[in-house]
Amino acid sequence: MIFEYAPAPESRDVVDIKPSYGLFINGEFVDGSGTPFKTINPASEETLAEIATATEADVDRAVQAARKAFGVWSSLPGSERAKYLFRIARIIQERARELAVLESIDNGKPIRESRDVDLPLVAAHFFYYAGWADKLEYAGYGTTPLGVAGQVIPWNFPLLMLAWKIAPALACGNTVVLKPAETTPLTALLFAEICQQADLPPGVVNIVTGAGETGAAVVGHPEVDKVAFTGSTEVGRLIAKSVAGTNKKVTLELGGKAANIVFDDAALDQAVEGIVTGIFFNQGHVCCAGSRLLVQESIAEELMSSLKRRLSTLRLGDPLDKNTDIGAINSAAQLAKIRELSSAGESEGAERWSPACALPDKGFWFPPTVFTGVSQSHRIAREEIFGPVLSVLTFRTPAEAVEKANNTPYGLSAGVWTEKASRMLWMASKLRAGVVWSNTFNKFDPTSPFGGFKESGYGREGGRHGLEAYLKEIS
Amino acid sequence: MSERLSVRKTYKLYIGGAFPRSESGRSYAVTGAKGEFLANASKASRKDLREAVVAARKAFPGWSSATAYNRGQILYRIAEMLEGRRAQFVSEVAEADGVSGKKAGELVDAAVDRLVWYAGWSDKITSLRGSSNPVSGPYFNLSTPEPTGVVGIVAPPMGPLFGLVSVIAPVIVTGNTCVVIASERAPLPSITLAEVLATSDLPGGVVNILTGSAAEMAPWMAGHMDVNGLDLTGADAELAQKCEELAAENLKRVLRPNGKTDWAANPGTGRMTAFLETKTVWHPIGI
Amino acid sequence: MTASTNASLRAFLHGLPGVDRVGADARAAMLGTRSIKTSAKRQAIDMAISMVDLTTLEGADTRGKVRAMCAKAVHPDPTDATVPSVAAVCVYPDLVAEARDVVGSSGVKVASVATAFPSGRSTLEVKVSDTAFAVAAGADEIDMVIDRGAFLSGDYLKVFEEIQAIKAACGEAHLKVILETGELATYDNVRRASWLAMLAGGDFIKTSTGKIQPAATLPVTLVMLEAVRDFLALEGRKVGVKPAGGIKTTKDAIKMLVLVNETAGPDWLDPDWFRLGASSVLNDLLMQRQKLTTGRYAGPDYFTLD
Repeated sequence: MIFEYAPAPESRDVVDIKPSYGLFINGEFVDGSGTPFKTINPASEETLAEIATATEADVDRAVQAARKAFGVWSSLPGSERAKYLFRIARIIQERARELAVLESIDNGKPIRESRDVDLPLVAAHFFYYAGWADKLEYAGYGTTPLGVAGQVIPWNFPLLMLAWKIAPALACGNTVVLKPAETTPLTALLFAEICQQADLPPGVVNIVTGAGETGAAVVGHPEVDKVAFTGSTEVGRLIAKSVAGTNKKVTLELGGKAANIVFDDAALDQAVEGIVTGIFFNQGHVCCAGSRLLVQESIAEELMSSLKRRLSTLRLGDPLDKNTDIGAINSAAQLAKIRELSSAGESEGAERWSPACALPDKGFWFPPTVFTGVSQSHRIAREEIFGPVLSVLTFRTPAEAVEKANNTPYGLSAGVWTEKASRMLWMASKLRAGVVWSNTFNKFDPTSPFGGFKESGYGREGGRHGLEAYLKEIS
Repeated sequence: MSERLSVRKTYKLYIGGAFPRSESGRSYAVTGAKGEFLANASKASRKDLREAVVAARKAFPGWSSATAYNRGQILYRIAEMLEGRRAQFVSEVAEADGVSGKKAGELVDAAVDRLVWYAGWSDKITSLRGSSNPVSGPYFNLSTPEPTGVVGIVAPPMGPLFGLVSVIAPVIVTGNTCVVIASERAPLPSITLAEVLATSDLPGGVVNILTGSAAEMAPWMAGHMDVNGLDLTGADAELAQKCEELAAENLKRVLRPNGKTDWAANPGTGRMTAFLETKTVWHPIGI
Repeated sequence: MTASTNASLRAFLHGLPGVDRVGADARAAMLGTRSIKTSAKRQAIDMAISMVDLTTLEGADTRGKVRAMCAKAVHPDPTDATVPSVAAVCVYPDLVAEARDVVGSSGVKVASVATAFPSGRSTLEVKVSDTAFAVAAGADEIDMVIDRGAFLSGDYLKVFEEIQAIKAACGEAHLKVILETGELATYDNVRRASWLAMLAGGDFIKTSTGKIQPAATLPVTLVMLEAVRDFLALEGRKVGVKPAGGIKTTKDAIKMLVLVNETAGPDWLDPDWFRLGASSVLNDLLMQRQKLTTGRYAGPDYFTLD
């Protein structure tokens, strides 16, 4: 019996998008000096709002505001800073629905994910670091904040990345100038409102919007003491280069090309779910996505047929529909990149497969896609696609799996599926990656440090480890 | 009867556990603090550096997966061997730095003590830097520090033994392997240290020592795509900036020079943690 | 697969892929978030009603009680003829004849528990005779319980042969094999027991007697749906699934249908292949159905209690 789910759209009424937004500097919304840009809904291409562009001079104003606020903020007792952060966490919980809807509208991610993953993690992150603010002396990294943190975040988890950056920075006594991605500024600007609701002292959090130049101005500002960046390895390299010879402390959370390794003794149904979560969660716009499936040759056929059957049940479409599994690609530019790499996969001889899946007429969409017959030398096995595209490779022995998994300049994450504990631990010890998910994938938690090896960047976000990036080293 | 002519030592490089001459055939005259000729040292080339990185990479899997206890034992063994050749080091340090025998003795003793200090860290740093994380869900979640990989070290020009030991020990005790550009001014103790390393059960390639021009070699090291970390302690500001820029190409972890380092002070854990990654492993908890 | 020895059965069952509990729980929970509204909800409610095995299995059951329940099974809502009949009524063997008499040719099936329900602790002779009695009294379907003691002690062959014997005693009647998953402790065991029951000839695999908690949880049903899906692919025979016990609300029932739809697939969305073992859920389904029709929230006084 065919069981069609009727549309179940989450109401947009909970959000109130203004026609235009300014910069958030020193506790107030002010005009930007650059040419404003538009942010659009990637699922419909409708313009959502006009956003101010911060020029170098605007960024300077923001940094000065943060510098001035640093004196006040860093000299508050930790327990008082904690209360501000707890207050912010509570407001986020109270306004979670609004934030989730806004995130899905601006980003294109399914409401199920923004509601059930992003927002709970955002609130939890503020709660977690709030608790650290008055306990820094126990953490082992000293208690002296760095000063002004310049933070540049990506578009894939706009609010969650903001939380990862702002919560530890503030807990440690720093003030921040944060630049959200130009395609997803809206939740950061709503967060600015939340800072006002929380009566956070002016200048402690400043939000400047704009494109790459604005980000470069934040990173390059001489009075920025700390740079935190999440985004592409390409930009990470530029940042690492630009801070050479300065005293700026830097943490970078960059790209990845994670191997998700399935052994023949794996719990197969859960492995299939893990593969799906690994690469199709958030349309594959995840730096730690399990974009390379390494499957033991002896079960490759069986696993692939299970995977394909499972992919046929994925529901692509309106991000605000509560039953949508795959939302819109965040931008036309990203869609072009995914298309380009997928074409390269085909022309290099890999076999392309997608489930029957109707794409909406408007907006940016890409169907869940699997490439089989991929070899390590193919571009789709080496380059980060940052989209719903899985490359499947096979291996014969655990040693070969490790060799292939590590054969990449990246080292952010890896997955291991086996029911044998000793093999799991052996694999975990051999994999050169900052996060190893065994018999699970794409799990995040504020208490759990996250970050990469090699070209996936340096520094950790989350957990006690996450404090280190925002405190002066004890010498 | 004429006085016996002494047999002089030839100072070579230390790569992969062997002591080759520079492939370039170059050498340079090393003088003591008063300008007197001490010996000719090998002037390593970028190709020697390349070989050293290959050796360090080759040694990494074994050394990083050796037990912490084993690494600690080996560092302690290095201290023992160094102590055993105390007289030779005292004389080399005195000549290099132009200090009294007593002062040189103190520096050699300090180097021995530093090795012993770091030896003890091998099986403790993990508990200090690792954590069990109480995630909100049915998952076991453990973070542990792991060595970064191959680390390039520009050793401090001053402190040809104590400074050198103070930069090598923290890098290797956690399981990294390294390529060291020794003090250009006073390279001789570094090669004598290499002789100690070669006889201390330390696997070949874990420490590779090059003598010659830091300004010439360090940028090659900084730009090398198979080097994961860079300790620029011995680089001047200009060289350090240049190297840091080159290091960005593959996102090396860079330990910047920190003005004048007081080697006598308690070094803390910073030199170890600069070249440690944190790996977090998740696993479901269920029946 | 040959089942000639316990060792061969064990080798087969323990060679099945394991089930990671946390992963299975997470998958079931995710499917539980599906939002079934408006026309889909209407469809789901009717589908669910038509899949209910309306059940009474109490020591205090009487002919009167069974007759009332059977009347309701045929016409769940006497005021609305568009409401479908349920799939079956489920009673103890001694009340089968009574049930048969009421449901007649309505299309509602009569199911009977047998085999020393609910513990299953008796001799094979008693169990076979229990089954034969129910079939002779007019049962279309037999819900047997497996010997969990034998299963947990690793005597798979005993369980296997017992199911075969009961299947033989069923004749034309369909056999539902109750695994009593609440006593099997692990999802690995649920998967193994499912395969064991299917290999031995069961037409349906059923979660629970309703007497043990936990009963029909979403993840246990998920694991069983995966088993029937895989069994069809490997052995070419389709087996049905019946979660029973603990399904109390329309929401619970719809979650089960979503689970079927996205695990075994729409081919199983049919009373021939999926049943809901429940009693109290029926009135909730009827109330929700009425709300969709009238736009008003319904009240319990407007639905029959039997």
